[in-house]
Amino acid sequence: MKLDDVQRIAHLSRLELNQAEAEAVLPQLQAIFSLVEEMQAVDTTGLEPLAHPILFLRDLAQPMRVDQVTESDHRAENMQSAPAKHDGYFLVPKVIE
Amino acid sequence: MSWHNTPIALMAKALAAKEVSSKELTQYFLDRIEAGKQWNAYLDVNAHLSLEESNKADQLISSGKAGKLTGIPVAHKDVFVTRGWKSTAASKILAGYQSPFDATVVANLGIPDENNPHGAGMVCLGKTNMDEFAMGSSNENSAYGPVLNPWNSAHVAGGSSGGSAAAVAAGLAPIATGSDTGGSIRQPAAFCGLTGIKPSYGRVSRYGMIAYASSLDQAGPMGKTAEDCALLLSAMSSHDPRDSTSLADSGEDYGRYLNQNWKEGNSDSAKPLEGLRVGLPKEFFAEGLASDVAKSVNEAAKLLENLGASLVEVSLPKTKLSIPVYYVLAPAEASSNLSRFDGVRYGYRANEYRDLNDMYAKSRTEGFGAEVKRRIMIGTYVLCHGYYDAYYLQAQKIRRIIAADFQAAFNQCDVILGPVAPDVAWRLGEKSKDPVQMYLEDIYTLSTNLAGLPAMSIPCGFNGNNLPIGMQLIGNYFSEARLLQVAHQYQQASDWHLRPASEVA
Repeated sequence: MKLDDVQRIAHLSRLELNQAEAEAVLPQLQAIFSLVEEMQAVDTTGLEPLAHPILFLRDLAQPMRVDQVTESDHRAENMQSAPAKHDGYFLVPKVIE
Repeated sequence: MSWHNTPIALMAKALAAKEVSSKELTQYFLDRIEAGKQWNAYLDVNAHLSLEESNKADQLISSGKAGKLTGIPVAHKDVFVTRGWKSTAASKILAGYQSPFDATVVANLGIPDENNPHGAGMVCLGKTNMDEFAMGSSNENSAYGPVLNPWNSAHVAGGSSGGSAAAVAAGLAPIATGSDTGGSIRQPAAFCGLTGIKPSYGRVSRYGMIAYASSLDQAGPMGKTAEDCALLLSAMSSHDPRDSTSLADSGEDYGRYLNQNWKEGNSDSAKPLEGLRVGLPKEFFAEGLASDVAKSVNEAAKLLENLGASLVEVSLPKTKLSIPVYYVLAPAEASSNLSRFDGVRYGYRANEYRDLNDMYAKSRTEGFGAEVKRRIMIGTYVLCHGYYDAYYLQAQKIRRIIAADFQAAFNQCDVILGPVAPDVAWRLGEKSKDPVQMYLEDIYTLSTNLAGLPAMSIPCGFNGNNLPIGMQLIGNYFSEARLLQVAHQYQQASDWHLRPASEVA
């Protein structure tokens, strides 16, 4: 991992790092990834990835919820923590000129 | 009456016998919270709301509608959204956030009403401090300052549920909720001399629990005794149609075996654990384990043996690899879960920005702390095209091996015993400069989250500086009631869990 990679993943993560911050975080990420590299020594040929513990217990069927409307209108409550709003809409900077 | 040293099992009896009211208990703990601010255990307290809930609980008791836990105060980790209290996950990005709804855990434990008929009737004391978004092992990653350990305030309380642990250890709550993604209930419980249990994945609803790594996150209780944890877990756990990973048959009396002997038909009260096979994974006692921790855990194994259990050596060969596997998978899931914080619908928004993209980036950059940013970046990297197979998928494949290794071990034993952490609570600041050093401390707790297994932390001694040591009991899927049984039997024969924290008045 290089400084360019740090800036690239910061951008993909919608985070900003100035030069000094990127330089400080680079060795930390490098140290973490040298630990991560230890995984490459394991032979995992033919193994299915396990995304979720429940998938490991194949006999457990997860119930499906009944497809029906259970919630009423919570618009006002759900908008109470919005940083900027107008007429029941979330306000953001202009996207299309 | 020193209610802060009273297990909730006894508190329930006192409430039922009208020896004390919920309001008196609630006021007692609110007073202690006010006098115990130095631990920084709480992020939000609202005495008026708590007392209002206690009045409702007292009405339920006097009208004969009380359940087992009605009227008992409880503190909630700030990861559970709670109506009336602020819900911030100890992040600046959620400063002041008021949730329009209650997490299922909060509702299950809370005061019943027409929308929540099955609430246990407990009184919320407030929201406890934690590592920001539950990312951390020392509670030093909170945007609102670290939590101090009630056994020695120069030391960390552990994390990420450090506020819940310190609150119970300092007598600022009789019991508390926590969440555990890689050890966040068990390790602070061990560091603060408490009993805690992370149940099997899917036992407790994650609805309203602010998400960190969804395939690993699981909530559970932190209290003084295994019996108290059984009581709280029974009330927390239920099938929840709002959580697609909530198990259909969740919700049982996890305390049903507490006072029984392990083997049916065994009536020897001196050997209650006759027939129990305790597995000691050799990798949990290898290099890196502090000698006084090893000594205490081995003494605990001896005590279990004296109670009738047999000890067998087992192997969990991928124990060390659980660290890189976890620190790929958890950040990957976190980078996705935390993309919701964009400064649009709720939470912090930067004051100055050029356009929409700049607003996202500045709001997130100013709102998230250093460790959260690090994990988001790691997660973004391992999910990138070109790295996905080598990191993310490889980690998921090793995750399957880790889960299978546990099943092989459980062919030889009923429960697995080991330390919770390699050492006792470290000094504040001692490990915060080097993230990898902190990650290595999670070595014994991560694998159960990866496999989805239940695991407990139980006090089993002290080191030379009088800091608590915790042992870990790991069970097979859905064996919580059995784990709690073993823990309870151990606690009948030991008193480590009853010692009051040294700095607490």
